[in-house]
Amino acid sequence: MRVSLTVNGRHRTADDVWEGESLLYVLRERLGLPGSKNACEQGECGSCTVYLDGLPVCACLVAAGQAESREVRTVEGLAGDGRLDPVQEAFTECGAVQCGFCTPGLVVQAHDLLNRTPRPTDAQIREALAGNLCRCTGYEKILDAVRLAATRKAATP
Amino acid sequence: MRPFTYERPADVRSAVAAAAGRPDAAYLGGGTNLVDLMRLGVATPRTLVDVTRISSRAIEETGGGLLIGAGVRNGDLAADPLVRRAQPLLARAVLEGASGQIRNMATVAGNLLQRTRCPYFQDVTKPCNKRLPGSGCPARTGDHRNLAILGHSEHCVATHPSDMAVALAALDALVHVEGPGGARTVPMPGLHRLPGDEPDRDTVLAPGELITAVEVPHLPFAARSRYRKVRDRASFAFAVVSVAAALDVAGGVVRDCRIALGGVAHAPWRAEAAEAALRGAAATPEEFARAADAELARSSPLPRNAFKAPLLRNVLVRTLTDLAEPAGFAESEPVETP
Ligand SMILES: Cc1cc2nc3c(=O)[nH]c(=O)nc-3n(C[C@H](O)[C@H](O)[C@H](O)COP(=O)(O)OP(=O)(O)OC[C@H]3O[C@@H](n4cnc5c(N)ncnc54)[C@H](O)[C@@H]3O)c2cc1C
Ligand code: SF4
Repeated sequence: MRVSLTVNGRHRTADDVWEGESLLYVLRERLGLPGSKNACEQGECGSCTVYLDGLPVCACLVAAGQAESREVRTVEGLAGDGRLDPVQEAFTECGAVQCGFCTPGLVVQAHDLLNRTPRPTDAQIREALAGNLCRCTGYEKILDAVRLAATRKAATP
Repeated sequence: MRPFTYERPADVRSAVAAAAGRPDAAYLGGGTNLVDLMRLGVATPRTLVDVTRISSRAIEETGGGLLIGAGVRNGDLAADPLVRRAQPLLARAVLEGASGQIRNMATVAGNLLQRTRCPYFQDVTKPCNKRLPGSGCPARTGDHRNLAILGHSEHCVATHPSDMAVALAALDALVHVEGPGGARTVPMPGLHRLPGDEPDRDTVLAPGELITAVEVPHLPFAARSRYRKVRDRASFAFAVVSVAAALDVAGGVVRDCRIALGGVAHAPWRAEAAEAALRGAAATPEEFARAADAELARSSPLPRNAFKAPLLRNVLVRTLTDLAEPAGFAESEPVETP
C-alpha cells in the first residue's frame, strides 16, 4: 500500500509499504530518518518516540496505515535554523548521553514535557520520562539536562 | 507477523459490516496492544478494521453522567476537566496506567479489551488455554506471581491488566456496543468474564461487536474516591494489586460505597462482599479490615502469589481509611503530572 504523511513539515510518500510495517520502520527504512531508534519493539523503552499529530507516541506500535495523512515530527525535526533545540543542547552539555540509543526518544519526550510544563518539578520530570528506559542508567545526567533545558527555555522568551 | 489486509471503513455501520461473519477480522484502536500481539504471533487476524477515525472522540455530559466516545485517547480522558471534576477516580486510574506515549495512542475501547499480560499467553512456544484452547495452563504450576487470586479456574489463572477497567467496574459504567445484531449496552462489571472452562473468551462480547462508547453514571460521592495501585516500580508497570474505591460517610457511618479490585482476577473484581459488610458499618479501620476479610474469604491464592492477599487487604484498608479522613485523604494525593 501507499502511505502519505507529513514528516517534519514536508509531505512524504512511501510506496509498496507492507501492512505489517510500523511507522518506525517506514521512517527509518523508507524515508531515511534513522533518528528514532528500534529497540524493544513493545512500547516499553520509548526509544522510538515521535510526535504524531502533536503528541508523543511509540512509533514501533503504530501500524503504517494508522499514520496515513497524519503529521509526524521526529527527533530530526526538532533543531531549527542550524541550531539545536535547547533540549538537545542541554543533553550534550550535561553528558546525558552514554551509548545514545535511548537519547532521541528521551529528547522528544522531554521536548513535549517542557512545551506543556515549562517549569517541571523533579517528580514531574520523572513521571513524564517513565516510558523511556536508559539501559546505561544515565538518569541523573538526563534529569540534569531536562532541568537545564527548562531554565534556558524560561530565560529565552 | 501473518499477512493481513488493512481496511479503513467510512463509518460505524460499514465497520461492523466489514467484520461481520469474519472471526479472523479484528478492530484496530490505537494498536498499542494488538500490534504488539500480532508481532509476537499471539494475534493473527487476516483483516484489520481500523476504527480510530470513525470512533467518537467526544466526552459529553448527559443528564445522568458522562458519555465517553470509544475513540477517546487515554491521555485525553485523564486530562479532561469534565472527567477530573465528575469522576476523579477514573482520571486517576487511567493516569496510573502505561506511559505518556502509550496513553497518547491508546483508546478507551482498546484499553477495555486489552489482553492479559500472562507470560505464557504472550509466548507462542508455550502451551496456554487462552491462546490455544485445550493446550494446558503452565502458569498454574509455573510463573503466576502476578496472576489471579480470585475467581480463577483450573483452566486459566490470568489477570485482566487494565487499570481503567477497575475504575469503570467500581463506577457501574455501561459499555455501548454496536454489532451485526444491532446495538446494546453491557454493564460493568459484567463485560469481562471469569475464565471457567472457556478462558479464550475474555469478555461477553460476540464476534464482530464494536464498542462505541462508555457511559459513566453520576456518583454523588465521587469527590471522595481514590484509585490506589501497587506495582513493582514507582511508575510504568502493571498493577500487582489495585483498589478503586468511593466512600460516602456521614456521622462516622458508611452510608454507601463502591469498591473494585485490580490485578487479582480475570476481570476487574467488584468487591461485593466487602461493600455489603461496609454499608451501615462504622467508618473505622477495624470495620474496613473486616470488610476486606469478607472479600478475601472468597480468594484462593496460588503458591507463588499468596502475598497478594495480605497486600490487597492492607491496600484496601489504607485506601478506605484515607477516604474516611479528609485530612489524610488530601495528604496522600499522588504526584500530579499534566
Ligand atoms: C509497555 C506497556 C505498558 C502498559 N502498561 C499498562 C498499565 O500499567 N495499565 C494499563 O491499564 N494498561 C497498560 N498498558 C496497556 C494499554 O493500556 C493498552 O495497550 C491500551 O489501552 C490498548 O488500547 P488501544 O486503543 O491501543 O487498543 P488496540 O491495541 O488497538 O486493541 C486492543 C484490543 O481491543 C480491540 N478493539 C479496539 N477497539 C475496539 C472497539 N472499538 N470495539 C471492539 N474492539 C476493539 C482490538 O481488536 C484488540 O483486541 C500498557 C501497554 C504497554 C505497551
Ligand atoms: S493463566 Fe491463562 S493465559 Fe496464562 S498460561 Fe494459563 S491459560 Fe494461558
